[in-house]
Amino acid sequence: MLNERRVSFKNGGISGMDIRELTCIRCPIGCQIKVEMENGEVKSVTGNSCPRGEEYAVSEVTHPSRIVTSLVRIKGGERPVVSVKTASDVPKEKMMDVISALKGIELTAPVHIGDVVIKDVAGCGADVVVTSDIPEGE
Amino acid sequence: MQDKKADLVIIGGGPAGLAAAAAARKEGLEDILIIERDVRLGGILNQCIHNGFGLHTFKEELTGPEYAARYIRQIIDEKIPFMTGTMAVNISFDEKTGLKTVKAMNGDEGLFNIEAKAVILAMGCRERPRGALNIPGYRPSGIYSAGTAQYYVNMEGRMIGKRVVILGSGDIGLIMARRMTYEGAKVLCVAELQPYSGGLKRNIVQCLDDFDIPLLLSHTVVDIKGKRRVEGVTIAEVDENRKPIPGTEQFYECDTLLLSCGLIPENELSLAVGVRINPVTGGAFVNESLETNIPGVYACGNVLHVHDLVDYVSGEASVAGKNAADFLLGKEKKSGDEIKFEIRPENGVRYSVPSTVDLAKMPDTLTVRFRVGAEYRNVNLVTYVDGKKMTSQPKAVMAPGEMQQLILVKKRLSELAGRGPFHELTVRIEEKDA
Repeated sequence: MLNERRVSFKNGGISGMDIRELTCIRCPIGCQIKVEMENGEVKSVTGNSCPRGEEYAVSEVTHPSRIVTSLVRIKGGERPVVSVKTASDVPKEKMMDVISALKGIELTAPVHIGDVVIKDVAGCGADVVVTSDIPEGE
Repeated sequence: MQDKKADLVIIGGGPAGLAAAAAARKEGLEDILIIERDVRLGGILNQCIHNGFGLHTFKEELTGPEYAARYIRQIIDEKIPFMTGTMAVNISFDEKTGLKTVKAMNGDEGLFNIEAKAVILAMGCRERPRGALNIPGYRPSGIYSAGTAQYYVNMEGRMIGKRVVILGSGDIGLIMARRMTYEGAKVLCVAELQPYSGGLKRNIVQCLDDFDIPLLLSHTVVDIKGKRRVEGVTIAEVDENRKPIPGTEQFYECDTLLLSCGLIPENELSLAVGVRINPVTGGAFVNESLETNIPGVYACGNVLHVHDLVDYVSGEASVAGKNAADFLLGKEKKSGDEIKFEIRPENGVRYSVPSTVDLAKMPDTLTVRFRVGAEYRNVNLVTYVDGKKMTSQPKAVMAPGEMQQLILVKKRLSELAGRGPFHELTVRIEEKDA
């Protein structure tokens, strides 16, 4: 089943009719969405249970994107790393570029949720922001 | 030993404890105390740095620490007292007075008692360890439960291995497959004993498919090689009885094995106070108010039954917090007519929370949560009261990894309940057109 889905991800979309089956990842319900495509354009989206699903499906078949969450080093805090995320989606193929951009960065405590770590990371147009409050610590 | 008092003691400052405390305060309860074993509030959310939390509760997608921070903010704003670095070691119940005594300890005060009129159990769950999995082989370093690995990586900033095999497709295992890949490790595969994944579909897509990590369903680890450090594992396919099929063994060279093979509610304290435990969930039997068989002792979150979404934990815990407050403030609805339902999970429905419903005490609608025992497609979820069909809902997909919900409507229940105080409410899965 997994392989089928992977095949359907990679097939088609260039010419003619194509139906792609996706698992929505916008929330943990994981709706099974069918996208009907013709000549690379989305004709219909079915199987989603909310507008976010349709948005995901269209985005996934045209320009797939993800939120990237990771860690950066921090000194002077109660622990040596702090969690971060991209404040908005980045193109799927840029995920590892975002991860690479985080290597070697070291913040200094205190930091707060929402503090910007990198602006426009890897040219994706998204900022990397802190997702945990780290007070100055032992 | 200095003794303390609180109307409501909440054991656990994770998502369940925090939501219960916030809801109890909102209901008007003043005297609340949260006991948390870790050095900070927030529980396991602090190490769940991935996103996907809060869509139901806050209508936006948050990471675990951000989700926790929203609730911690409420606790601080409401000035609800909490003790971190403090571990509850026993609870006792005095039947004559109805008072509970929570015995706890911490580094500053040593061992002390807290006298409580009500207690909310919100201790969460633990991972199933290797010892419970019967994997042959030596006991080298490099074998971690997925959550422990997550703690080392996300909280302590340590790298735990370079070539990783994951046994079990629980959500933490899937999340760690991606996490380890981001950190530069090679994740060779995820092996799952069952023919279906134990995790959420979205995690299979964005943690495995995105990184071309294979998911081997109906496979398990049959041997671990290495004496000091893991050198590799042997994975074999299993038959329908989950027995390894000879000849299918394949060796994977790796230095790390992560185990994501299920979570077990941590109920030692519940057992100490005499709470009856449902053998299916490993959590307490509770009534419509999420109250256990001990009056004034409530349970919510993963200590009650293992949830898939924290949003559902928060929702459930809010109900427990409100009900505990109502119990203490004398706002609890009296059970007048004594019409009670026992919920009978049947035919694919493994359990239900709650397991009993007192009609007088239930609100106009009541959420019943349950899990199914296998994957079902295009079936009906059907309820009966004393054998009379009450509802039938079509369900496109029901999977064991995902918690299911059913809303009971008080009006319908009272209409269908015939004479007598005791009734059966059956919840079952039926074929369509059956």
